[in-house]
Amino acid sequence: MKNGRIADIGWRLLLPLSLLAVWYVATDVMKLFHPSMLPSPTAVVRAFIRVASSGELATNIGASLLRIFYANCGALALGVPLGLAMGLYQPVERLCDGLLSLFRPIPPLAWVPLSILWLGIGTLSVVFITFLAAFFAVLINTMAGARSVDRQLVRAAQSLGASRRRLMAKVILPSVAPAIFTGFRIAIGVSWMSIVAAELIAAPSGLGYMIMYYREVLRTDAIIVGMLTIGLIGLAMDSVTRWLEKRLLPWRTGFHL
Amino acid sequence: MTAATNARDAAAVASPVGDAAAPKIVAKSLTKRFQSARGADVDALGPLDLHIGVGEFLVIVGPSGCGKSTFLNIAAGFEQATSGTIEIDGRPIAAPGPERGVVFQDYALFPWLSVAHNIGFGPASRGASADEVRRIARHWIDLVRLEGSEEKFPHELSGGMRQRCALARCLANDPDVLLMDEPLAALDALTRVRLQDELLDIWTSASRERPKSALYITHSIDEALYLADRIVVMSARPGRVMSEFVVPFPRPREAEMRTLPEFHALSDEIWRLLR
Repeated sequence: MKNGRIADIGWRLLLPLSLLAVWYVATDVMKLFHPSMLPSPTAVVRAFIRVASSGELATNIGASLLRIFYANCGALALGVPLGLAMGLYQPVERLCDGLLSLFRPIPPLAWVPLSILWLGIGTLSVVFITFLAAFFAVLINTMAGARSVDRQLVRAAQSLGASRRRLMAKVILPSVAPAIFTGFRIAIGVSWMSIVAAELIAAPSGLGYMIMYYREVLRTDAIIVGMLTIGLIGLAMDSVTRWLEKRLLPWRTGFHL
Repeated sequence: MTAATNARDAAAVASPVGDAAAPKIVAKSLTKRFQSARGADVDALGPLDLHIGVGEFLVIVGPSGCGKSTFLNIAAGFEQATSGTIEIDGRPIAAPGPERGVVFQDYALFPWLSVAHNIGFGPASRGASADEVRRIARHWIDLVRLEGSEEKFPHELSGGMRQRCALARCLANDPDVLLMDEPLAALDALTRVRLQDELLDIWTSASRERPKSALYITHSIDEALYLADRIVVMSARPGRVMSEFVVPFPRPREAEMRTLPEFHALSDEIWRLLR
């Protein structure tokens, strides 16, 4: 049991550690790259200590996280009810489908110019763009989940005397919950993708802004600190969501091939 | 549902039998037509005239696709008939209702609820207090011998246990009628025979306070003879009543019954009809 766990962790760390080793050898040992093209891992660690101790990193992480939080709250608050309504009621789907299908293929970043015009440079613009990205992920998945609710379960509940409200709360919502979780996880992922890009252009703070700023002063080591921070936070958020899903939906049993 | 103008008297086709003189559910000239995927009209059912008596255990057998499940779905209120009428206690059936409990072939247990909560779902839906729901669930868990599994999720149970749980969930709601659509078809032969006995035991004890009618659909003639007061044999699509048999064996039914010559004679007769 214990050996199995150690082997599992080793297996997971194998590729990242190898990559780190190659990076170190190529930069610090063989000096194949100019530091402004590819700084060494030790330089990145030094840059990390610099931006972390100055409080700059924490400020920017806080700014980005808060925007992601707002955007995803909005995406869930609008995407879940609308997705349920569209998945369960045909008229609602017919009403909304055309418009949504038109807007969905527009990349969130294509909204940057408009959102700067409408909302100015700052948090509001970035939240709006991030919200759009997260909203569609939540909506599409909720809708698919609502469409695939098992008809027999609905019938069983109805023949047991469940009211519409109870049917919704005790049968439909638990049926759709896994799909909502999937949508939420995807939303978190696309949030990070769009927020950084949005902050590159439309914000005076945040991790995206930080990366952009250090590109202008050619501090590549700090750029990499920003990128790795985004990766680590994204990973942490995904793990928390998975953990939450396991806790909240214990009847779900997945499998590996 | 439009009332058929040429509605015939159900009693002329299906005469009341056994101790079930008063009809519980009466279907008259019931038909069902649906559109196939290619858009063609398919007559799935009828015209069908059928009744289920109060406290009667009625089994329908028929070839695959003869519309017997469609009839059960109409009786449950899941589907609407194309024409004809179907009534329970003289009131037309238009929607699902708690007085008609349904047991599904694939159990249809709520995967996110424990055994106890599945069984308590009906009483809780009908506004029973938390204490009352617990008491009812406890009672039925004991009756279907699921003690020790009350906190388990359905996916942790065997097929036989799942169907016992589904049966308990249905009966915990104290319905007048049980509608069962091949409830044992997914089980292995041994579990199936054992559950037939349990089903009869549970049905009998549940009927003690108030008679419970049962409509049971199956492919198995053996199962039909073992369970039924009366067997209705349906024709191929569109399903109609081809013939019916009153099962003469006394209750409680016992396994030895299957060795009686009368059992085999009846079985052969139904076989010949279905061939």
